[in-house]
Amino acid sequence: MTTLYTDDHEWLRIEGDTATIGITDYAQSQLGDVVFIELPKVGRQLKKGEAAAVVESVKAASDVYAPIGGEVIEVNDAVVADPAQINSDSMSAWFFKLKIADQGELAGLMDEAAYQAHIA
Amino acid sequence: MSKPNPAAAKAAVTFADRHIGPSAQDVAAMLTTVGADSLDALMDETLPPAIRQREPLDLGPALSETDALAHMRELAGQNRLMVSLIGQGYSGTILPTVIQRNILENPAWYTAYTPYQPEISQGRLEALLNFQTMIGDLTALDIANASLLDEGTAAAEAMALAERMSQVKTKAFFVDHEVHPQTLAVLRTRAEPLGWRIIIGDPMRDLEGAEVFGGVLQYPGTSGVIRDLREPIAALKAKGALAIIAADLLALTLLTPPGELGADIAVGSAQRFGVPMGYGGPHAAYMAVRDAYKRSLPGRIVGLSIDARGEPAYRLALQTREQHIRREKATSNICTAQVLLAVISSMYAVYHGPEGLTQIARDIHQRTAVLAAGLAALGYAPRHDQFFDTLSIDAGAEASAIFARAQDAGLNLRVTGNTLGIALDETTTPEIVEAVWRAFGGALAYDDIEAKAADRLPEGLRRTSAFLTHPVFHAHRSETELLRYMRRLSDRDLALDRAMIPLGSCTMKLNATTEMIPLTWPEFGSLHPFAPRDQAAGYHAMFTRLEAALAAMTGYDAVSLQPNSGAQGEYAGLLAIRAYHAARGEGHRKICLIPSSAHGTNPASAHMVGMSVVVVACDAGGNVDVDDLRAKAEKHRDDLAAIMITYPSTHGVFEEHIRDICDIVHANGGQVYLDGANLNAQVGLARPGDYGADVSHFNLHKTFCIPHGGGGPGMGPIGVKAHLAPYLPGDGNREVPADGVGPVSAAPYGSASILVISYIYILMMGGAGLRRATEIAILNANYIATRLDPHFPVLYRNHVGRVAHECIVDPRAFKTSAGVTVDDIAKRLIDYGFHAPTMSFPVAGTLMIEPTESESKAEIDRFCDAMIAIREEIAEIEGGRFAVEASPLRLAPHTVHDIADDTWDRAYSRTEGCFPKGTSRTDKYWSPVGRVDNAYGDRNLVCSCPPMEDYALAAAAE
Repeated sequence: MTTLYTDDHEWLRIEGDTATIGITDYAQSQLGDVVFIELPKVGRQLKKGEAAAVVESVKAASDVYAPIGGEVIEVNDAVVADPAQINSDSMSAWFFKLKIADQGELAGLMDEAAYQAHIA
Repeated sequence: MSKPNPAAAKAAVTFADRHIGPSAQDVAAMLTTVGADSLDALMDETLPPAIRQREPLDLGPALSETDALAHMRELAGQNRLMVSLIGQGYSGTILPTVIQRNILENPAWYTAYTPYQPEISQGRLEALLNFQTMIGDLTALDIANASLLDEGTAAAEAMALAERMSQVKTKAFFVDHEVHPQTLAVLRTRAEPLGWRIIIGDPMRDLEGAEVFGGVLQYPGTSGVIRDLREPIAALKAKGALAIIAADLLALTLLTPPGELGADIAVGSAQRFGVPMGYGGPHAAYMAVRDAYKRSLPGRIVGLSIDARGEPAYRLALQTREQHIRREKATSNICTAQVLLAVISSMYAVYHGPEGLTQIARDIHQRTAVLAAGLAALGYAPRHDQFFDTLSIDAGAEASAIFARAQDAGLNLRVTGNTLGIALDETTTPEIVEAVWRAFGGALAYDDIEAKAADRLPEGLRRTSAFLTHPVFHAHRSETELLRYMRRLSDRDLALDRAMIPLGSCTMKLNATTEMIPLTWPEFGSLHPFAPRDQAAGYHAMFTRLEAALAAMTGYDAVSLQPNSGAQGEYAGLLAIRAYHAARGEGHRKICLIPSSAHGTNPASAHMVGMSVVVVACDAGGNVDVDDLRAKAEKHRDDLAAIMITYPSTHGVFEEHIRDICDIVHANGGQVYLDGANLNAQVGLARPGDYGADVSHFNLHKTFCIPHGGGGPGMGPIGVKAHLAPYLPGDGNREVPADGVGPVSAAPYGSASILVISYIYILMMGGAGLRRATEIAILNANYIATRLDPHFPVLYRNHVGRVAHECIVDPRAFKTSAGVTVDDIAKRLIDYGFHAPTMSFPVAGTLMIEPTESESKAEIDRFCDAMIAIREEIAEIEGGRFAVEASPLRLAPHTVHDIADDTWDRAYSRTEGCFPKGTSRTDKYWSPVGRVDNAYGDRNLVCSCPPMEDYALAAAAE
């Protein structure tokens, strides 16, 4: 299992051909109290860079982009019901899972060290 | 124009002297503080020489307050008061005098700002929650917003919501042929730039096979017909489309409501709930939706949350949905609402209660049924058997003769070809019904016909569900109770009648009493927007002069008074630019450049007219980065449509390069939309039309004194150069020329009645007074910048260190040094008796301060002293006296509940907390609630009056 990061402050946990996606602790700290999220429908085919989810805080409404392409195979209803989880533990408050369409797209993403350098 | 009164002409003190806060002595002292030799010298340092207007603003001599009112009496006398039976979404109504005097004519209500600071806005937030509850109950839908501009734009917003939420991908929208014509016209204007097709038809027949993302149906129809809309609603929903009902609120007291018919969305006007027609407005429109669509509901929504003590507190909910945060992703540019009018309508319902409203509706229906029976007896049977308050009569060749006889009798009927429309309302007496019969050629007696007239509401559509069951709609039926309820609510709020409201970009200046006086004269209030023009000669004389004055001040060639808000002005201005390009065969020009510092309505408006936004960077000084602008304009030279630029900038600075910016955009084929939100820094000193702008809107509720009303009404007329004049908004009752632009508002002159406020202001100030106001606004802002800079650095200035009419102060360093946020400062200001400056716009974490010319030096000093005292409190946190979490800043605002606690275990004294330096114990303003928890409210959305159990709990706790 590896964890990768994007410029847009999303994390991906890669397990075989499944990617679990959420937003980073840095992202949640910038957003402030998250009050609402909107997730894609299961079965939707996402292209890399497509707006996949919406996260709303008391300060901002932001799109979450698909960091890689693939089919949405599961969404986290628990985090929809209680968006505060994103603030308390962003790394376990995942948004949705993708069946990875092209492993090659993972190549452009950052590892933990690179991401930490990115936000420093 | 009336002759000036010689006694008044000699008076030493002019209106301008009263409107402007600082005295001549104060001005001298303030000039010394800011280090300027004279006002002229300060202006020379503040505005770029390249844009200065050298000739004086000539608007004729300033009138005294007495003469201005005499002049308005003359204009009022030129408006003819008739009995309006035109209907079409506007009805006569009786505004209870207790509400007129204590809300509409009461500065505690009309001078308040939009309730962004919830702690000091609990009164009007409660009134707005009552409005939402009333709308939700009457429409039987789950959640309502706290008002839109008018029924036409509410329908257009509903269409946009449907397009976004529908599962159907087709770009067509169905419009009932029974929709009011002005609503249809506004829908067409909105749909066209986005490529949406409007399909008009009979929903009972034409929905089959129509591929649409939504449809709007009128209930009752514009001709008066009441149809059972269950089937067409079901048909729309079966297609995956959204079903929208435009409903008459009063009819809903008797008829099955839209929610029970299956509708997804209801829209309409609350005008007939006590708000005068005003030749078009202002009135509050409403929108209510099913729960599934609540997060897509445009406009402002009041919700319930809790304060720091866990007590219930109201606030605006779902703020992130507003365009100021979503920007180009916004689906609507709605900003200004119609708060004052929504409050009046809600109080009308509080005053009458459900039984009273039902009785009013029954009486109107009864008279309509009697009128119908009499007309049938005269051989003019109405077209429909089932109706509420409106009849359509096919009068054949007699139509024009009947119409003329009615006019002679003082009655306005609606005429469409040979069809006459007659709409009754709360003010229609049996004598009026008899006069209508006479116009149709028969002398019938009301009492004779009444005995034979039966109820004409459809059996299957009678309302059975209860509404307005909440105690608030039952507990204030005596005038004494209502009077005290309204007073109790206004006492909770901090409006301009108590303290300076230093909101940057909002221009909270004096709304002088004389400017407000004619507003409630019937000659201005009672005119129907579609009354024949010759009955509104006084209005039209005023429009002509107001347009000329606005053009003279701004350097434009033509003005449209139609847009009902600044954002609607932006939309109208961009539509003009779009139509201009299209007429020249350059319809492909769709790129709109917008600086990163722009107000969020700019990108939202651009999006609404089908333009794509390209953001232009700002440099370190906060100015538009001219190199970046040039690069982007040149890159898009083949498809550049416009730039939207605010001047002076949203950063409160006159940028030196505005002429260059305009030239670059023109050189690359674009037009310049100059956002007039900050026009109050230019009147008399510079004219946008002279230095390169093609079109601007003017926020009459900022620069020209229309009060903010607690969050509306507003007006946003636009001025254009001659080449754009053919593309000003059209009239909903007339054919739009092929390359012209349709209406953006339901009424041709928008909220016509409040134009009197701006008109009188201009008359009483005169050209010299207006220029003086601009100069003092700039002096006041520079004075504040000078006083506060040592304590809170001023973020942006021009190259010689001057700010325009406002300044941004930057407390972000205190986040690091003491953990203090901009919220802490804003809430602490409440303890000092002040409304906070604008927070986090246009720069996150900062405060933007705008004093306006109306604030005196004494009040400005009181404000600066409070800010400086807060800085000292921050120093105490930095010095370790208390942690930020235990500081009077974080625990602000302090309430009576706090000071009355038996135990006081805070790190500072009760006096330090509740009566900080310089505050008066005698005149203390107490925030009724502690700091409101924003996240709690958005996570647990409650947007109607809390249920009775909550009141019981609160009572038990006391």
